[in-house]
Amino acid sequence: MKNGSPLGKLRAPLQRARFPWAAPTWPTGMERPAPDRGVGVDYDTQWARRYPARLARAVVLDNLTRPLAHAVAAPAVIGEEMLKLAEQPVILAANHASHLDTPLLLSVLPLPMRHRTVVAAAADHFFDRRWKAHLWAGALNAIPIERHRVNRRSADMAADLLEEGWNLVIFPEGGRSPDGWLQPFRGGAAYLAVRSGRPVVPVHLSGTWRLLPKEARRLHRGRTAVRFGAPLHPDPGEDARRFGTRIAAAITTMADEADSDWWTARRRAAAGVTPPGTGPVAAPWRRAWALGPDPASTEDEDPGRWAVRVGSR
Amino acid sequence: MSPRPGFMLEVDRSTPPTLFWHGEGFHLERLPEGSRVLYGPEPLEALADPVSAIRRALFEPLGDSAPLPELLRPGMRLTIAFDDVSLPLPPMRRPDVRQLVIEQVLDVAAEAGVDDVVLIAALALHRRMTDAELRHALGDRIYEAFAPHGLLRQHDAEEPAALVLLGETDQGETVEISRRAAESDLLVYVNINLVPMDGGHKSVATGLASYRSLRHHHNARTMQHSRSFMDQEHSELHSSNWRMGRFIAASGVKVFQIETTLNTDTFPEQFRFLQRREWEWTARDRAAFVASSSALARTPPRVARTIFHAIRSPHRMTSVQAGEVEAVHARTTANVYAQQLVEVDGQTDVLTMGLPYICPYNVNSIMNPILVACLGLGYFFNMYRGRPLVRQGGVVIMSHPTPWAFSPVHHPSYIDFFEQVLSETTDPLEVGKFEESFATDPWYVHLYRTGHAYHGVHPFYMWYWCAHALEHLGGVIVVGGDRAAVRRLGFTPASTMADALEMATDVVGPGPSITHLHAPPLVMADVR
Repeated sequence: MKNGSPLGKLRAPLQRARFPWAAPTWPTGMERPAPDRGVGVDYDTQWARRYPARLARAVVLDNLTRPLAHAVAAPAVIGEEMLKLAEQPVILAANHASHLDTPLLLSVLPLPMRHRTVVAAAADHFFDRRWKAHLWAGALNAIPIERHRVNRRSADMAADLLEEGWNLVIFPEGGRSPDGWLQPFRGGAAYLAVRSGRPVVPVHLSGTWRLLPKEARRLHRGRTAVRFGAPLHPDPGEDARRFGTRIAAAITTMADEADSDWWTARRRAAAGVTPPGTGPVAAPWRRAWALGPDPASTEDEDPGRWAVRVGSR
Repeated sequence: MSPRPGFMLEVDRSTPPTLFWHGEGFHLERLPEGSRVLYGPEPLEALADPVSAIRRALFEPLGDSAPLPELLRPGMRLTIAFDDVSLPLPPMRRPDVRQLVIEQVLDVAAEAGVDDVVLIAALALHRRMTDAELRHALGDRIYEAFAPHGLLRQHDAEEPAALVLLGETDQGETVEISRRAAESDLLVYVNINLVPMDGGHKSVATGLASYRSLRHHHNARTMQHSRSFMDQEHSELHSSNWRMGRFIAASGVKVFQIETTLNTDTFPEQFRFLQRREWEWTARDRAAFVASSSALARTPPRVARTIFHAIRSPHRMTSVQAGEVEAVHARTTANVYAQQLVEVDGQTDVLTMGLPYICPYNVNSIMNPILVACLGLGYFFNMYRGRPLVRQGGVVIMSHPTPWAFSPVHHPSYIDFFEQVLSETTDPLEVGKFEESFATDPWYVHLYRTGHAYHGVHPFYMWYWCAHALEHLGGVIVVGGDRAAVRRLGFTPASTMADALEMATDVVGPGPSITHLHAPPLVMADVR
């Protein structure tokens, strides 16, 4: 959207809006009051999993979200067959770099899995207001998860949904990457897997950060790739910490694969020399530099209108 | 949920801009990171049943006083004095606290068969209240019962026949008060304690006194030694009033004191944002702020003034106590502190304050430049206990339009004081040499007694109120004020807060510490 367009002209002042035109920021150190009951982790998402909401969401996801995601992000789907190796429900543990990640991942999931998946979303961000909670629960089948501390209610809800046969998308990093590199993984996915006994399918999303990075106000078109790894089952007696390390290693290996190729990444993994994917410990500009140029800016090739699929369906 | 206490906020990158009052308007200022903002406690819970609380106070008095019914008998002379229009601020919604209390006192007096009852508005040298103001303060029932019979009076400090000289204190202070009050068998004083300065012996010794009596404590020297006059333990103003009050009691005047405290629920629902912390503003608060501040910016000052002075505060009573003056006042002061006092660590180089449209002396009137100075340097500067919020040699920055405008009805002597006295000197000690001529000017006396004018000497008192601050501070800057008027006051004008902060560094040096007094609602700093 160009700023010169009528919509752009309307949007620009809204984006620049500051208090009192926009909501106030909260001073550091000031304790926030407990959220109203009914928002945050207390929000009841049951209604979003009832048939009318599921039908409406399926119509929107298949006819609006999915075409749009493909048009904007042109996802290459790699290793989709891995999803067939595990009995559903599964936990899809993915890296997180952009708000595009969730709609993109949902839109490339095969049917009927696509319509039988819930998304763990940050309670403090997506469920802090009632209207936001309604929106994300309805549109993405999101459930509120406390990301900064262990919350029994969040964990119980996710475990119960797995028990009921719902697949779960979770982003173990706990939030979007600020600069495109991987962040340390937290133990939520591993804990749920160990608790529920369900397998974890590691997922790596690449390219979404360049299309819609954190703090960005404009969406770019470009290419993305969604890689599904082999399902991971917690070994007997394996605790969540160890299992979490395996999940992180699997996603890191797929990140390496995205930058090289499958065979190279596998050999590096076998030799224990997989790049950590968290980028160099250096000044922000050097971390940005190390990401390399945007492939979209160096290729003239039209990414095409619809998805480029690699691997079997 | 119990009200949250006040606190000092340290401004950081996430802190939204801070609300500043600016006369009949307000705006948001982004204070530098590291600045502090002093927020008062939230309004305390009001008494659930104020009428029962009042009756309990009358029947179970404090100190060595007997219950009110025991002090009343047929054939006695009963005088009920009450605080004037300067309290509370803004004027509260009906029923006013005075109405609630006096109705109960009169009920008890009626039961005791007391016929000779007179009500007196304790004006001191303030302007006479209008009939509408009296009716608002006392309610229709009292007004209709007393005013038509001349039994609802206003203290006249210039009517020799209405005054009685009781004598002198051991410090040589003349004690002259209302004759009716002094010669009554019982004087009931009904007080509203909005700030810790109010009440105690000051009620009678000031409210019902004459100029001859008042000048002993209403002068520059006393005010310079009142640190602060909101802290009775360290206030020469109060020491003098206490001496006079005890002398009045020793002279045989029986006083039954009734004191009330109010919470800081200051503004009605549509202006609710004015007393909320900015980061807690809801969308409705923000919409109200944007709408009202934008509209006020386009509204002629006279219309804006009318709008603001129509505000009736939802203040509610948090306590009532009655009986012997000093015992009552000790408890009242504790209750006021519970509502307003906030502990503060250390002083500041620069103290900022946004001054509102109203002070005790311009209810339904214009806030002239002298009152601006008095509100900022008299009242807000002195809202401290221990040490001033701003250090010796520091700077006060006040935000107010400070118009060169006066009410000729309410403040006639202010006009001449501003033109003749302040053009010659702004030193509170020096202006005293003009005092006598203003205080005894027949025209001012006439306007005070027959119109609605403040006494001729009143602008001097306002300037004396600033004496402690003027002696303590290294500079005073007024943001957004009429430049000529500000200069006449001896202060420095500035166009913006950023300019003012820059100018303040000339006095206090670079990188000053800054503290903003987020008032009203009223807050008092207990500076450690």
